Amino acid sequence: MIRSVRFIAVAVFVSLCIVFSGIAAPPKTMTVQVKEGQLRGTPSFLAGIVARPSYGERVEIIEDKGAWKKVSVRGVQGWMHTSALTTKVIALKAGTGTTQTGAGAGEVALAGKADLPPTSSGSQSVTTGEIALAGKGFSEEVEKQYKTLNPKLDYAWVDKMEGFKVTPEQMQAFLKQGSVMPAEGGAK
Amino acid sequence: MKKSLLFTLPVLSLLALASCQTMESATTLATAIGQGAGVISGSQAQSIRKSAKAVSRSAEEFTPEQEYYIGRTVGAVVLGKYPAYDKSAANEYVNVIGQTLAQASDLPAIFGGYHFLVLDSNDINAFATPSGLVFVTRGLLRCCKNEDALAAVLAHEIGHIQLRHGMEAIEKARVTEALTTLAVEGAKTVGSREVSALTETFGGAISDITGTLINKGYARSSEYAADQTAVTLLRRVGYNPSGLVEMLTLMKKNLKAGGLDFAKTHPAPDDRIAEIRKKGPTYAAIQAPVPRQKRFLQALGNI
Repeated sequence: MIRSVRFIAVAVFVSLCIVFSGIAAPPKTMTVQVKEGQLRGTPSFLAGIVARPSYGERVEIIEDKGAWKKVSVRGVQGWMHTSALTTKVIALKAGTGTTQTGAGAGEVALAGKADLPPTSSGSQSVTTGEIALAGKGFSEEVEKQYKTLNPKLDYAWVDKMEGFKVTPEQMQAFLKQGSVMPAEGGAK
Repeated sequence: MKKSLLFTLPVLSLLALASCQTMESATTLATAIGQGAGVISGSQAQSIRKSAKAVSRSAEEFTPEQEYYIGRTVGAVVLGKYPAYDKSAANEYVNVIGQTLAQASDLPAIFGGYHFLVLDSNDINAFATPSGLVFVTRGLLRCCKNEDALAAVLAHEIGHIQLRHGMEAIEKARVTEALTTLAVEGAKTVGSREVSALTETFGGAISDITGTLINKGYARSSEYAADQTAVTLLRRVGYNPSGLVEMLTLMKKNLKAGGLDFAKTHPAPDDRIAEIRKKGPTYAAIQAPVPRQKRFLQALGNI
């Protein structure tokens, strides 16, 4: 009896491993889950930014390299860190598909409207569990109401902080000036 | 006994393999198979399904966008306790080092990015919001004699963000409440009643996090884990991990007994140093190159 139970348990484990190895395969497309994505020239934390895909934009996965993925978005290729991407579809509110403007030096301006996520009637049908709704839950609207209830809270410095930005070029120059030598590879 | 052990083993391995999203369906599948094989009873199966469902309602289900809004308000609360130190030379310097370390971390992309600010206080204190806002007091900066030590302070805070300690401070019941409200609402337009309910839950989550950050402190194990992440980050970027031990040594001298800052919320510097030494090699003393030390003194010499 015990032997047959053991056999069943092992069989269950092995079959589930097979099931999950299938699920773990990287999907063909992923979604940018940060406010401003950074598409880099090489898979390194100090690499220059070639383009900035928007929140909710779908990117096509070309290649995996550690925590980096080579992606293509609106005809531009580059590397993105996996922490910027999700397998979920992010449903933006109508009219928020962005037109990218004001690309920095050495960057490609991504022209045209961002690809809006496909709906269930599209070629890639999605279930509700796979959709994240932008602007829902703890959102700008909730923050606004919370502020009304707590008028003493001051967000002025929070807003100011969000403007403190450092480019990869500034980081490289800073490290060089101080003889700070990054270990090979950078972010894992 | 043996039976349940034999069944538990593959289920546990399965739970480790499965992501949050798939956990529920996987458990349903596993329990169904287990039931079919007669290894577990129907009621046991039900209870396994139930607990897996409870587990899957974790803070990780909040989208980065929602964490961003939680973090902004946590930041505003911190700034209600300590005013900003409005000196751009100091803040710019801290941001270059902090943002470089953050980019080298395992969580470089965060919804609104990483941003650092010096707080105008003699207390020895620092805070990191789940959204990537990091605050350090002048009192804590005075525990740093060089750039490597400052990098250690910032890397420790990035460690808390990367390890999601802030989000974990939200009470489990509150997480379930918020996520359930959202799940029920789904794609529907959220009405004013739902916004009010969400705002109340939001306020609770903010209290949970700020209460931990400001008053209670994280678990000792979380502080030690953040120190380990700091050592890894320092090495990756090219700073000497001795900066962390040197900073803690000076902190020990500067901390005032009974203070409501790190004296209350963090393990004693000696304990942290002992833990760092236990887990890794002892690094050589810091010998900062002249330009590195010069810019440190220029930005923070009079902090």
